[in-house]
Parts: sequence; structure tokens; C-alpha cells
Amino acid sequence: MPEGFQALQNGVPISWYLILSAILFALGVAGFLFRRNIITVFMCIELMLNAVNLSFVAFANQHKLVSGQIFTFFVMVVAAAEAAVGLAIILTVFKNRDTLNIDEIDSLKN
Amino acid sequence: MDLFFFFLFALIAVIAAVNVVLQRQPIASALSLIGVMGSIAVLYLLLGAEFIAMAQIIVYAGAVMVLFVFVIMLLNASPEVRRGRSWTSQLLGVPALLALLGILCYFVQGQFANAGFVKFGNFTGGSAKSVGLALFTDYLLPFEVTSVLILIAIVGAIVLARKEMD
Repeated sequence: MPEGFQALQNGVPISWYLILSAILFALGVAGFLFRRNIITVFMCIELMLNAVNLSFVAFANQHKLVSGQIFTFFVMVVAAAEAAVGLAIILTVFKNRDTLNIDEIDSLKN
Repeated sequence: MDLFFFFLFALIAVIAAVNVVLQRQPIASALSLIGVMGSIAVLYLLLGAEFIAMAQIIVYAGAVMVLFVFVIMLLNASPEVRRGRSWTSQLLGVPALLALLGILCYFVQGQFANAGFVKFGNFTGGSAKSVGLALFTDYLLPFEVTSVLILIAIVGAIVLARKEMD
């Protein structure tokens, strides 16, 4: 039996969780940059926050400390508050502009 | 067994996240995002963070996503129109993202290749009791400040979303 396979009997390496977190974060960045619907862009921000939370919990497991989980808890609280305010802003923008396309919402440009 | 569950839910999370990015209907993206959050909650359980896993399901998959779906329904969001992009973004967008991902993975493997293993049951510091103990002793001030933040967010949301009355 090869050496690497023996090691995997101990469980999943921490670095795999971190790489999964990196993949989810990169997908969030992709959506944030490529999508044109303001609600979808907002959802991709939530995806990025989730990816970072996953690495916080993985580090908490690595150091056998609860502090990382507390940090995740605070990120969740801030994300919930952000979602409430952000969606209220989206509602107001839609009421005034009648569009959800971020290419057409450009009053602050120039 | 740990490996099996990790790969199963990591795969679900990545496929659902790709779906979030690729779907053109906002409602389909929102439902895929619920899938991502659910599978991340299972990964939290594997990492020994029971309280955070339940909070993830209740706060994210429950409250936040209901808010998203509510707004999508309210605004009757239509599928987004595809429009031409500049040739630089078409040519360089995906390679640049893959480069970002490659650099991240390279540094993670370099720094944390020998950081240890996750085995279910090895770390039990994530119960509601220990999280609550840390939250109300070491982290009491941030916790109280958070309540003020939420109050401000509620007032802000109501002010932004109400109808002007006069």
C-alpha cells in the first residue's frame, strides 16, 4: 500500500478543506465579475463569505481552539445585517430605475 | 468514511457553486446557493463545529436565502440579457481566475501541507456550551457591539425600503 494512502486513514488533510474554500472563493469572484444581475452579484458575495467561513472553521479545527468558530459566528451576523440592508438598497434602486442590470445603474460614473 | 463524506459534500458544494455562477435565472442561482450552504454546514459538522453548522442552516439557508428569494419574487426578476463584452475580458477573464485559483492552491499546499488531519470526533470544542462560554466571557464586548450593529441594520433597512409618506 503506498505511503500517501496510509496517511489518509488518519482523516482528511486540513489543506484539502482550505483548497475547497479557495475553489468556492474563486467561483464567487467569477460570478461577482461576470454576472450582470445585481441580485446574482449579491449572492456571489455571500458565496465568498461562506468560503472564507469554511477556512476559519478549518483553522479552528487545526489549532483545537474555539476562537475561529466565534469569528465565523460574527461573520455570519454581519453577513445577515449586510443582506438585509443590501436587499433594501436593491428594492429602492429597482423602484427608482426599473432595472436590475448593473450596466444601467451608473449615475456615480464620471 | 471521513474521506467519503468530505468528497461527497465538497463535490455537491462545487457543482452547486458553479451552478450559481452559470444560471441565468436569479431564482435558480438562489436555490443552488442554498445547496452550497447546506453542504458547507455538513462540512462544519465534520470539522467538529456543531453550533456553527446549525447556525449556518438557520441563519444562511433559512433567513438570508428566504430574504433573497422574497426579493427575487417581489421584483419579478427576469433572466439577464447577454451582451457583448470587450475582447480583453473574453480572452483573459477565465485564465486570470484560474491563475488566482492556482496561486491560492500553491500557497495553501506550501504552507499547510503538514498541518494535520481532520478526523470526525477528534475535536469536540464546537458544542453550543463551549461556543457560548467563549462568547460570553472572552468575546463579550464584540457580542454586545454586534447587537447595536443589527439594530442599525434594521433601522437602515426600514428607512430604505419604506414608502415615502406625506
